[in-house]
Amino acid sequence: MTAELVDYAEAVTAWEPVIGLETHVELGTRTKMFCGCPTAFGAEPNTQTCPVCLGLPGALPVLNGQAVRSTVLIGLALHCDIAAWCRFARKNYFYPDMPKNFQISQYDEPICTDGYLDVDVEGEIVRVEIERVHMEEDTGKSLHVGGATGRIHGATHSLVDYNRAGIPLVEIVTRPVEAGPNAPAVAKAYVEQLAELLRTLDVSDVRLEQGSLRCDVNTSLRRPGDAYGTRTETKNVNSYRSVERAVRFEVSRQAGLLEQGTRIRQETRHFHEDTGTTSPGRSKEEATDYRYFPEPDLVPIAFPVDVVEELRASLPETPAVRRARLRDAYGWSDLELEEMTNAGVLDLVVSTVELGAAAPAARALWQNEVAKAANEQGVEASSLPVSPTDVARLLALVADGTLTAALSRQALAGVLAGEGDVDAVVAARGLAVVSDDGALRTAVYDVIAAQPDTAAKVRGGNMGAVGPLIGAVMKATGGKADAAKVRSLLVEVLT
Amino acid sequence: MPEPITRDEVAHLARLARLECTDAELDTFAGQLEVILGSVARVAEVVADDIPPTSHSVPLTNVFREDVVRPSLDRDEVLAAAPAAEDGRFEVPRMLDEAP
Amino acid sequence: MADLTTLTAAETASAIAAREVSAVEVTQAHLDRIAAVDGDVHAFLHVDAEGALEAAARVDAGEISGPLAGVPLALKDVLAQRGVPTTCGSKILEGWRPPYDATVVTRLREAGVVILGKTNMDEFAMGSSTENSAYGPSHNPWDLSRIPGGSSGGSAAAVAAYEAPLAIGTDTGGSIRQPAAVCGLVGVKPTYGGVSRYGLVAFSSSLDQAGPLARTVLDAALLHAAIAGHDPMDSTSIDAPVPDVVGACASRDLTGVTVGVVRELGGEGYEAGVEAAFHASVEVLTALGADVVEVSCPHFPYALPAYYLIAPSECSSNLARFDAMRFGLRVQVGDAGAEEVMATTREQGFGPEVKRRIILGTYALSSGYYDAYYGQAQKVRTLITRDFDAAFETVDVLVSPTTPGVAFPIGEKADDPMAMYLSDIASIPSNLAGNASMSLPCGLAGGLPVGLQIIAPPLADDRLYRVGAALEAALDERRGATLLASAPSLTARP
Ligand SMILES: [Mg+2]
Ligand SMILES: [Zn+2]
Repeated sequence: MTAELVDYAEAVTAWEPVIGLETHVELGTRTKMFCGCPTAFGAEPNTQTCPVCLGLPGALPVLNGQAVRSTVLIGLALHCDIAAWCRFARKNYFYPDMPKNFQISQYDEPICTDGYLDVDVEGEIVRVEIERVHMEEDTGKSLHVGGATGRIHGATHSLVDYNRAGIPLVEIVTRPVEAGPNAPAVAKAYVEQLAELLRTLDVSDVRLEQGSLRCDVNTSLRRPGDAYGTRTETKNVNSYRSVERAVRFEVSRQAGLLEQGTRIRQETRHFHEDTGTTSPGRSKEEATDYRYFPEPDLVPIAFPVDVVEELRASLPETPAVRRARLRDAYGWSDLELEEMTNAGVLDLVVSTVELGAAAPAARALWQNEVAKAANEQGVEASSLPVSPTDVARLLALVADGTLTAALSRQALAGVLAGEGDVDAVVAARGLAVVSDDGALRTAVYDVIAAQPDTAAKVRGGNMGAVGPLIGAVMKATGGKADAAKVRSLLVEVLT
Repeated sequence: MPEPITRDEVAHLARLARLECTDAELDTFAGQLEVILGSVARVAEVVADDIPPTSHSVPLTNVFREDVVRPSLDRDEVLAAAPAAEDGRFEVPRMLDEAP
Repeated sequence: MADLTTLTAAETASAIAAREVSAVEVTQAHLDRIAAVDGDVHAFLHVDAEGALEAAARVDAGEISGPLAGVPLALKDVLAQRGVPTTCGSKILEGWRPPYDATVVTRLREAGVVILGKTNMDEFAMGSSTENSAYGPSHNPWDLSRIPGGSSGGSAAAVAAYEAPLAIGTDTGGSIRQPAAVCGLVGVKPTYGGVSRYGLVAFSSSLDQAGPLARTVLDAALLHAAIAGHDPMDSTSIDAPVPDVVGACASRDLTGVTVGVVRELGGEGYEAGVEAAFHASVEVLTALGADVVEVSCPHFPYALPAYYLIAPSECSSNLARFDAMRFGLRVQVGDAGAEEVMATTREQGFGPEVKRRIILGTYALSSGYYDAYYGQAQKVRTLITRDFDAAFETVDVLVSPTTPGVAFPIGEKADDPMAMYLSDIASIPSNLAGNASMSLPCGLAGGLPVGLQIIAPPLADDRLYRVGAALEAALDERRGATLLASAPSLTARP
């Protein structure tokens, strides 16, 4: 069953990767899907449970209306059709982390179907078709005890916390994506941009590290023109980069097997962060019989058309549309937009520009100064004590000559150090440019007197010699002089 | 009319339903299931394709709950009723495989 | 004051309200009666004397008043009552004390009803005789060698044996009405969604409904009114006013009421004595002014097979939670893993009828069989509902015998599931369609009670009581006494 890995670049010359993504997103509702227990992350184990989410005998589910609204909103943002009528179904299987031994999910009647997400993959738009978006409930969390690494195998027993059981989940399932050699990048870009969209919709905090977004990646290979091959399902891939690596590894692994004539087993696989490899999990060949049937304890949903339209009208601008708009309005390149997004300053820069700052200057200051400081401190730029108002004011002071670039950096440092707003820092630190003509002239004459040889060179037409004189004047004024003004004064006096 | 139900088939169902059964029980159930299914096969006599199924006998839709927190149970009371507990968690026997 | 246990619930409540007797005295009288007869009847699985006397004392202290304040009640052991053992008649739940109250229990507490204890039942409500209880059968007070019906047999036996004037039962395929019929009581399955299922341990979610068992129609109505009404904890609970079931009990005349006799619920398979008592009562309905017609519900013969697909399918899923992980029994052999512990515990914790239905339901829901079984059964459900709709276009209520036979001897049908299933042949259509249905005593056959079933459209539960109260009064008048007064083993009560 094992074979040599085939180098990725080589694999994709002979084989076409086809990928599919199933993304589970925990909604950011206050309460669980079917009961009033809170959903706060990190609470003491089993303190957020009740008869319903513990599956105690006699308890019944009641659907969280906000969870349905959020799901419809996601469906609308993904250009899906919203079902006029749909139901929940029970997915029956036994597992200790699932209190009722069935999961309330949706089966053949998902609430949202047939949508798409246009994904920007290095400047090229790839349309990823969405098959369905449906609602379901999360399971509890198990701690495996006694095994070597906290893994399930070798454990003596397990400890279960049901705080997470019943938290609303939305599952977003793509159709197969014929992504070509770029499949790993497409997979990563899809998940990143889906997460960005969900954040924009404010329906989930989308924290991969806390498991509020979890991704299963399906990968198969085929010869060009052939039908789809057998796919594997790599479970719980928990970072964007891992999505890319998991696809890349599966392509290499499957190509190796196929080239030696071995059939691909339909199975779930686990991704290992440390090695970037996958290993087999439960085989899917003896397909689990989930015995789906309509959930009799919940009534059908006929989501009101007027509420759908209200939600549609409330949809915020999607990240892709916004990027296009900003590109056109402010002249930023795709790369710059991506950098600002990654640095977490895009919204801040936009606000700064809206306060009147020039787009290039605002981008540069946030990206090069603030984001750098945030990075050094290991925090988000948005959590630093500097606001778009501060940055706009700094840039305005530079533009009107009150501050030089160097002085503006000092002013920013003061603001970051919590010394107050820009004007307060400039006043307290005495940072304003020496704009008093008389004072500047005095400094110029002093420097000419102190360096007669250099001054003579300038008088003789050697304009290169003006530099050292400017430097001397700047030094004499403690850097508070406007260098351009000093130059013009020197030239005026000496020629 | 369905094919006769074999002991193996009942054993498969029992596994799916997490019911350990003796061979004698499997044989008894196989026989009884066959009789019951023989009788229920009559339902097919009357149902035409155009008849919609009824999953709920009350004509309700859109029963939603406000997203408002309600008190959870006292953990000690819940864990006291559990077969075993440790560290505020339910203790369960080791799991031999991940969830399907 | 006469023996307090022979009073009706209405009489008891007014005596307590008038301070002629205290709720504690009434409760104690019933606890004494239980101590005296329950060894023979075995109606109760758990008697909560302390809790009952406390609740009674609160009524006596004036904390709670109302039409049932201080009236004792026997609660079917399928409803969660906080801190009180709740077994569902199963070993798998032995010793489990729920951390919460069922909504029905909450409503009973709020009404000042005194809950005496939990009553015996067929395991997880699967059966028609209480013989499937893991704790041994209950006995019919009319003849202790016979079954009291099921699955709410303990509740019915308790009321018939004067251990409580009222009881709560649950009805999935006839489990209130059939025990009521064979014990000579009034039993009502309210409209599905009329009484909250929150805290009712589910057998078949789309069919289960809790309802009253009592010795008179009025008592049943008082209890019905106390427990019915919208509950936001149950998504299938109907958000509409409860029909005036108590007011309907004043009726003594049926002029203008059209009663349909269901052609398909009678004849072959029905005992002659049952048919005779039923037809005699239909004559009485005519005498009361009702317009009696025969109606046909052609799909009713398919109700039983459809039921035996739907109920086991839903139960196979509902009972999956009894897995030894979070509550109840755990059978741990050696260092067996979770999967094996689940299977062993369920093997040892469930009785044969429960296992049979779980396996049947697992089969019916399996991929490859779903359409042929569960899917088809749900279509039959549509056809049966249409039969009812058509009938109710021309009649106000339908009537039939409640059961094809009278109480049978314990053990007679224990090894023949199909024969046992036939007990519910007349009651199942109402569960499938979700409408309201009552059984009330209409006579004797071979010295044993016969029940007459009245069926009303959904949300028209008051019609059951209008017709039932008039018929009851007329029958009592002809007889010169209630039917229960003629029960042989009860006349010999201490
Ligand atoms: Mg899922
Ligand atoms: Zn909960």
